[in-house]
Amino acid sequence: MKVGIIRFPGSNCDRDVFHALQLVGAEPSYVWWNQRDLSNFEAIVIPGGFSYGDYLRAGAIAAITPVIEGIKDVVKDKKPVLGICNGAQILAEVGLVPGVFTINQKANFICKWTDLEVKTNRTPFTHLYEKNEVIRMPIAHAEGRYYVDYLDELHDQDQIVLGFAGNNPNGSLEAITGVCDHEGLVCAVMPHPERASEIILGSDDGLKFFQGIVNY
Amino acid sequence: MILVMSMKYHAQVEISLKRGMLNPEASTIQRALALLDYLVENTDTIEIVKFDLEASNPEVAQEEVQEMCERLLCNPVIHDYQIRINEAEE
Repeated sequence: MKVGIIRFPGSNCDRDVFHALQLVGAEPSYVWWNQRDLSNFEAIVIPGGFSYGDYLRAGAIAAITPVIEGIKDVVKDKKPVLGICNGAQILAEVGLVPGVFTINQKANFICKWTDLEVKTNRTPFTHLYEKNEVIRMPIAHAEGRYYVDYLDELHDQDQIVLGFAGNNPNGSLEAITGVCDHEGLVCAVMPHPERASEIILGSDDGLKFFQGIVNY
Repeated sequence: MILVMSMKYHAQVEISLKRGMLNPEASTIQRALALLDYLVENTDTIEIVKFDLEASNPEVAQEEVQEMCERLLCNPVIHDYQIRINEAEE
Protein backbone atom coordinates (compact mmCIF):
# COMPACT_ATOMS: atom_id res chain seq x y z
CA MET A 1 0.00 0.00 0.00
CA LYS A 2 1.50 3.32 -1.13
CA VAL A 3 1.39 6.01 1.56
CA GLY A 4 2.63 9.56 0.92
CA ILE A 5 4.40 11.45 3.72
CA ILE A 6 4.19 15.20 3.17
CA ARG A 7 7.34 17.25 3.74
CA PHE A 8 7.43 20.99 4.30
CA PRO A 9 10.48 23.07 5.16
CA GLY A 10 10.60 22.47 8.93
CA SER A 11 8.90 19.05 9.03
CA ASN A 12 10.89 16.85 11.41
CA CYS A 13 8.89 13.70 12.17
CA ASP A 14 8.84 12.54 8.55
CA ARG A 15 11.47 9.82 8.98
CA ASP A 16 9.85 8.50 12.18
CA VAL A 17 6.54 8.16 10.34
CA PHE A 18 8.36 6.48 7.41
CA HIS A 19 9.82 3.92 9.84
CA ALA A 20 6.48 3.26 11.55
CA LEU A 21 4.78 2.74 8.16
CA GLN A 22 7.50 0.28 7.13
CA LEU A 23 6.95 -1.65 10.39
CA VAL A 24 3.36 -2.38 9.32
CA GLY A 25 4.30 -3.32 5.76
CA ALA A 26 3.18 -0.15 3.99
CA GLU A 27 5.20 1.39 1.13
CA PRO A 28 5.91 4.93 2.33
CA SER A 29 7.49 7.66 0.22
CA TYR A 30 8.15 11.35 0.75
CA VAL A 31 6.23 14.08 -1.05
CA TRP A 32 7.36 17.72 -1.12
CA TRP A 33 5.08 20.70 -0.41
CA ASN A 34 5.04 21.76 -4.08
CA GLN A 35 3.70 18.48 -5.52
CA ARG A 36 0.13 18.93 -6.72
CA ASP A 37 -0.79 15.41 -7.85
CA LEU A 38 -1.12 12.75 -5.11
CA SER A 39 -3.38 10.38 -7.06
CA ASN A 40 -0.88 7.48 -6.96
CA PHE A 41 -1.18 7.23 -3.14
CA GLU A 42 -3.78 5.25 -1.22
CA ALA A 43 -3.30 7.25 1.98
CA ILE A 44 -1.51 10.40 3.16
CA VAL A 45 0.22 11.27 6.44
CA ILE A 46 1.20 14.85 7.34
CA PRO A 47 3.91 14.45 9.98
CA GLY A 48 4.84 16.75 12.83
CA GLY A 49 7.47 19.46 12.97
CA PHE A 50 7.58 23.21 12.64
CA SER A 51 6.59 23.90 9.04
CA TYR A 52 7.69 27.39 7.98
CA GLY A 53 8.98 28.02 11.50
CA ASP A 54 5.41 28.17 12.88
CA TYR A 55 5.38 31.77 11.57
CA LEU A 56 2.03 33.59 11.75
CA ARG A 57 0.32 30.55 13.36
CA ALA A 58 1.38 26.90 13.46
CA GLY A 59 0.31 25.40 10.14
CA ALA A 60 -0.99 28.63 8.58
CA ILE A 61 1.59 28.89 5.81
CA ALA A 62 1.74 25.16 5.03
CA ALA A 63 -2.04 25.40 4.61
CA ILE A 64 -1.72 27.44 1.40
CA THR A 65 0.89 25.28 -0.42
CA PRO A 66 0.14 23.33 -3.65
CA VAL A 67 0.26 19.94 -1.92
CA ILE A 68 -2.83 20.93 0.07
CA GLU A 69 -4.85 21.09 -3.18
CA GLY A 70 -3.62 17.54 -3.84
CA ILE A 71 -4.73 16.49 -0.36
CA LYS A 72 -8.20 17.96 -0.99
CA ASP A 73 -8.43 15.67 -4.05
CA VAL A 74 -7.33 12.70 -1.92
CA VAL A 75 -10.17 13.55 0.49
CA LYS A 76 -12.65 13.76 -2.42
CA ASP A 77 -11.47 10.29 -3.50
CA LYS A 78 -12.39 9.02 0.02
CA LYS A 79 -8.84 7.99 0.88
CA PRO A 80 -7.53 8.34 4.47
CA VAL A 81 -5.53 11.41 5.55
CA LEU A 82 -3.80 11.58 8.95
CA GLY A 83 -2.27 14.76 10.40
CA ILE A 84 0.00 14.35 13.41
CA CYS A 85 0.90 17.34 15.63
CA ASN A 86 1.94 20.06 13.13
CA GLY A 87 0.06 17.96 10.55
CA ALA A 88 -3.06 18.25 12.74
CA GLN A 89 -2.58 22.03 13.03
CA ILE A 90 -2.31 22.23 9.22
CA LEU A 91 -5.51 20.21 8.65
CA ALA A 92 -7.35 22.52 11.08
CA GLU A 93 -5.99 25.63 9.34
CA VAL A 94 -7.13 24.27 5.97
CA GLY A 95 -10.55 23.53 7.48
CA LEU A 96 -10.51 19.83 6.59
CA VAL A 97 -11.21 19.13 10.28
CA PRO A 98 -13.24 21.40 12.60
CA GLY A 99 -11.79 23.84 15.14
CA VAL A 100 -8.28 25.02 15.84
CA PHE A 101 -5.20 23.95 17.83
CA THR A 102 -3.91 27.12 19.46
CA ILE A 103 -1.42 28.25 22.12
CA ASN A 104 -1.36 26.04 25.23
CA GLN A 105 -3.15 27.34 28.31
CA LYS A 106 0.13 28.19 30.04
CA ALA A 107 1.89 29.30 26.83
CA ASN A 108 4.54 26.60 27.33
CA PHE A 109 5.96 23.84 25.15
CA ILE A 110 4.85 20.50 26.60
CA CYS A 111 6.78 17.33 25.80
CA LYS A 112 5.58 14.33 27.82
CA TRP A 113 3.89 10.94 27.75
CA THR A 114 0.12 11.14 28.12
CA ASP A 115 -2.74 8.73 28.68
CA LEU A 116 -5.35 9.07 25.97
CA GLU A 117 -8.83 7.74 25.45
CA VAL A 118 -9.89 6.53 22.01
CA LYS A 119 -13.25 8.28 21.64
CA THR A 120 -14.28 6.73 18.35
CA ASN A 121 -13.03 3.74 16.42
CA ARG A 122 -14.87 4.49 13.20
CA THR A 123 -11.79 6.06 11.53
CA PRO A 124 -9.21 4.13 9.46
CA PHE A 125 -6.60 5.05 12.08
CA THR A 126 -8.50 3.96 15.19
CA HIS A 127 -10.61 1.02 13.99
CA LEU A 128 -8.18 -1.50 15.53
CA TYR A 129 -8.69 0.02 19.02
CA GLU A 130 -11.64 -0.54 21.30
CA LYS A 131 -13.88 2.48 21.85
CA ASN A 132 -12.90 4.12 25.19
CA GLU A 133 -9.62 2.17 25.23
CA VAL A 134 -6.89 4.05 27.10
CA ILE A 135 -3.56 4.20 25.26
CA ARG A 136 -0.22 5.87 25.98
CA MET A 137 1.46 8.21 23.46
CA PRO A 138 3.64 11.31 23.83
CA ILE A 139 2.70 14.90 23.02
CA ALA A 140 5.22 17.60 22.03
CA HIS A 141 3.70 20.97 21.21
CA ALA A 142 3.26 24.62 22.18
CA GLU A 143 0.08 25.11 20.14
CA GLY A 144 -2.15 22.17 20.93
CA ARG A 145 -5.03 23.60 22.93
CA TYR A 146 -8.11 22.52 21.02
CA TYR A 147 -10.93 24.99 20.57
CA VAL A 148 -14.13 24.86 18.53
CA ASP A 149 -17.32 26.95 18.45
CA TYR A 150 -19.77 24.11 17.82
CA LEU A 151 -18.87 21.37 20.27
CA ASP A 152 -22.36 19.77 20.29
CA GLU A 153 -22.10 19.08 16.58
CA LEU A 154 -18.81 17.25 17.11
CA HIS A 155 -20.49 15.02 19.69
CA ASP A 156 -23.54 14.45 17.48
CA GLN A 157 -21.41 13.59 14.44
CA ASP A 158 -18.95 11.39 16.38
CA GLN A 159 -16.01 13.57 15.32
CA ILE A 160 -13.97 13.41 18.53
CA VAL A 161 -11.18 10.88 18.04
CA LEU A 162 -8.86 11.26 21.04
CA GLY A 163 -9.13 12.87 24.46
CA PHE A 164 -6.68 13.21 27.30
CA ALA A 165 -7.54 10.65 29.99
CA GLY A 166 -7.35 12.28 33.42
CA ASN A 167 -5.02 15.26 33.28
CA ASN A 168 -5.67 17.88 30.54
CA PRO A 169 -2.11 19.24 30.06
CA ASN A 170 -2.75 22.02 27.53
CA GLY A 171 -6.22 23.26 28.51
CA SER A 172 -8.03 21.81 25.46
CA LEU A 173 -11.80 22.16 25.34
CA GLU A 174 -13.22 18.97 26.96
CA ALA A 175 -9.61 17.63 26.88
CA ILE A 176 -10.02 16.94 23.14
CA THR A 177 -6.75 16.22 21.33
CA GLY A 178 -7.87 14.50 18.15
CA VAL A 179 -10.77 15.19 15.77
CA CYS A 180 -11.94 14.03 12.36
CA ASP A 181 -14.15 15.21 9.48
CA HIS A 182 -17.76 14.04 8.99
CA GLU A 183 -16.70 10.93 7.08
CA GLY A 184 -14.03 10.03 9.65
CA LEU A 185 -11.43 9.72 6.88
CA VAL A 186 -9.49 12.91 7.68
CA CYS A 187 -8.05 12.69 11.15
CA ALA A 188 -6.01 15.29 13.10
CA VAL A 189 -4.28 14.21 16.31
CA MET A 190 -1.83 16.15 18.48
CA PRO A 191 -0.19 13.09 20.17
CA HIS A 192 2.50 11.23 18.22
CA PRO A 193 1.59 7.60 17.36
CA GLU A 194 4.92 7.18 15.50
CA ARG A 195 6.79 7.93 18.75
CA ALA A 196 4.90 5.09 20.38
CA SER A 197 5.29 2.50 17.65
CA GLU A 198 7.89 0.16 19.20
CA ILE A 199 8.42 -1.13 22.75
CA ILE A 200 11.99 0.23 22.67
CA LEU A 201 10.46 3.74 22.49
CA GLY A 202 8.48 3.16 25.68
CA SER A 203 5.19 2.03 24.13
CA ASP A 204 3.85 0.51 20.93
CA ASP A 205 0.30 1.69 21.59
CA GLY A 206 0.47 4.02 18.57
CA LEU A 207 1.35 1.36 15.99
CA LYS A 208 -2.31 0.49 15.38
CA PHE A 209 -2.79 3.96 13.86
CA PHE A 210 -0.56 2.79 10.97
CA GLN A 211 -1.72 -0.84 10.96
CA GLY A 212 -5.21 0.59 10.72
CA ILE A 213 -4.38 2.35 7.44
CA VAL A 214 -3.03 -0.87 5.91
CA ASN A 215 -5.93 -3.03 7.12
CA TYR A 216 -8.75 -0.60 6.37
CA MET B 1 -7.95 56.97 -23.48
CA ILE B 2 -8.62 55.91 -19.89
CA LEU B 3 -5.78 56.55 -17.54
CA VAL B 4 -5.85 54.28 -14.45
CA MET B 5 -3.81 55.86 -11.69
CA SER B 6 -2.33 53.48 -9.16
CA MET B 7 -1.46 54.76 -5.71
CA LYS B 8 0.74 53.29 -3.05
CA TYR B 9 -0.98 52.60 0.27
CA HIS B 10 0.29 51.58 3.66
CA ALA B 11 -1.77 48.87 5.31
CA GLN B 12 -1.77 47.90 8.96
CA VAL B 13 -3.65 44.81 10.12
CA GLU B 14 -4.28 44.42 13.84
CA ILE B 15 -5.07 40.81 14.71
CA SER B 16 -6.65 40.15 18.09
CA LEU B 17 -8.24 37.17 19.78
CA LYS B 18 -12.02 37.11 19.83
CA ARG B 19 -13.68 38.26 23.05
CA GLY B 20 -13.62 35.55 25.68
CA MET B 21 -10.75 33.62 24.06
CA LEU B 22 -7.99 32.79 26.53
CA ASN B 23 -4.79 34.73 25.78
CA PRO B 24 -1.96 32.87 27.59
CA GLU B 25 0.65 35.41 26.49
CA ALA B 26 -1.32 38.29 28.01
CA SER B 27 -2.01 36.49 31.29
CA THR B 28 1.71 35.60 31.59
CA ILE B 29 2.65 39.26 31.02
CA GLN B 30 0.10 40.35 33.63
CA ARG B 31 1.53 37.91 36.17
CA ALA B 32 5.07 39.08 35.38
CA LEU B 33 4.06 42.73 35.87
CA ALA B 34 2.60 41.74 39.23
CA LEU B 35 6.03 40.31 40.17
CA LEU B 36 7.34 43.86 39.70
CA ASP B 37 4.47 45.15 41.88
CA TYR B 38 2.53 46.63 38.95
CA LEU B 39 -1.03 45.50 39.55
CA VAL B 40 -2.80 45.82 36.21
CA GLU B 41 -6.00 44.32 34.81
CA ASN B 42 -7.41 43.24 31.43
CA THR B 43 -3.98 42.77 29.84
CA ASP B 44 -4.22 41.92 26.17
CA THR B 45 -1.84 41.52 23.25
CA ILE B 46 -2.42 41.99 19.53
CA GLU B 47 -0.37 41.09 16.51
CA ILE B 48 0.31 43.76 13.89
CA VAL B 49 1.18 43.00 10.27
CA LYS B 50 2.26 46.02 8.18
CA PHE B 51 2.97 46.32 4.47
CA ASP B 52 2.67 48.62 1.45
CA LEU B 53 0.56 47.80 -1.59
CA GLU B 54 -0.59 49.47 -4.79
CA ALA B 55 -4.24 49.99 -5.57
CA SER B 56 -6.41 52.35 -7.61
CA ASN B 57 -8.05 53.78 -4.46
CA PRO B 58 -8.23 53.15 -0.70
CA GLU B 59 -11.47 51.14 -0.98
CA VAL B 60 -9.85 48.69 -3.37
CA ALA B 61 -6.82 48.44 -1.06
CA GLN B 62 -9.13 47.78 1.90
CA GLU B 63 -10.94 45.01 -0.02
CA GLU B 64 -7.71 43.35 -1.01
CA VAL B 65 -6.32 43.41 2.54
CA GLN B 66 -9.60 42.00 3.85
CA GLU B 67 -9.22 39.11 1.43
CA MET B 68 -5.65 38.57 2.73
CA CYS B 69 -7.03 38.39 6.28
CA GLU B 70 -9.63 35.82 5.31
CA ARG B 71 -7.23 33.66 3.29
CA LEU B 72 -4.07 33.73 5.41
CA LEU B 73 -3.46 36.37 8.05
CA CYS B 74 -6.27 35.40 10.45
CA ASN B 75 -8.03 32.26 11.56
CA PRO B 76 -11.74 33.09 11.64
CA VAL B 77 -12.36 30.57 14.44
CA ILE B 78 -10.39 32.60 16.99
CA HIS B 79 -9.44 35.98 15.51
CA ASP B 80 -10.93 39.43 14.95
CA TYR B 81 -9.06 41.94 12.83
CA GLN B 82 -8.97 45.63 12.10
CA ILE B 83 -7.52 47.11 8.90
CA ARG B 84 -6.07 50.62 8.61
CA ILE B 85 -5.23 52.00 5.17
CA ASN B 86 -3.21 55.21 4.69
CA GLU B 87 -1.46 56.77 1.75
CA ALA B 88 2.13 55.54 1.90
CA GLU B 89 4.82 58.09 2.58
CA GLU B 90 7.45 58.27 -0.15
